[in-house]
Amino acid sequence: MLELHLILIFVIIGAIIAVEIKDLLSSVVAVSAAGLGLCIIFLMLKAPDVAITQLVVEIFLLVILIRATIRRDLPFSVSGRWFFNTLITVVFIGMFLTVAFICLKQLPEFGSPLMRVSSFYLKEGFDKTQATNLISSILLGFRAYDTLGEATILFTSVIAVLVVIRKKGRKEVMEKEDKDEF
Amino acid sequence: MSVYFLNFVLFSIGLYCVLRKRNLIKIIIGLIICEYAVNLFLILVGYKMNGRSPIYAPQQEIVNMVDPLPQVLVLTSIVISLATTALVIAVAIRIYEKYHTFDITKIRRLKG
Repeated sequence: MLELHLILIFVIIGAIIAVEIKDLLSSVVAVSAAGLGLCIIFLMLKAPDVAITQLVVEIFLLVILIRATIRRDLPFSVSGRWFFNTLITVVFIGMFLTVAFICLKQLPEFGSPLMRVSSFYLKEGFDKTQATNLISSILLGFRAYDTLGEATILFTSVIAVLVVIRKKGRKEVMEKEDKDEF
Repeated sequence: MSVYFLNFVLFSIGLYCVLRKRNLIKIIIGLIICEYAVNLFLILVGYKMNGRSPIYAPQQEIVNMVDPLPQVLVLTSIVISLATTALVIAVAIRIYEKYHTFDITKIRRLKG
């Protein structure tokens, strides 16, 4: 699995560039490159559906992030307790990595998952749903309520975005009408 | 095992960005990196060595399939993370229109 490590290191380098570069537009492009590397990793881990979704989501994210950042650079401000804050953050992340490294030993070895639930899906999935792609048979058959909840969250977030970016509030319009009457 | 550790390094880069940066867009980018790391971790847990993707093919028996359940749930998670990211970016654009800055130390009058 050497190539998996290499592309993961590419993703990590892309993330570091995205975090540390000063220009916001370059940062957005770097995080998009990291996402496309992640898409290739999904393909190598035999998850083609996830890779396709990641690709589409990545492009959409790039478009809306560029909409947010274009022509809006900001200088990097280092005022305040810069050294103290960085020290606290690095210590916290070091503790997190240590605990995560200890806990990783409890996981099953990489490449041999516990397939207690999904062995049932693999065995019975085709007979029960008649879908050759087991991903879609689980997504729309066995776990259809999850997909329903996902659609609910999606529509809720669309409504929330429309409410937030609306230019003119209702209160403003009513005040204007009141002024017109007097 | 080293793949898991690299994955956690990716997560902590995102965490550092969220905790330390002062630009709102940088914080959103940190959130996106954290989402990448979590999705990748779930897919990695379900990977089977030398496995095939869980799609049946006609006239051949495929025995060694990877775990399909984490892939399905990550598929859901990617779409939801896109929705939440779009919401956060909309809030950031509104904040920029109101305060003309992305610097979170200069945004203090968060009322009304």
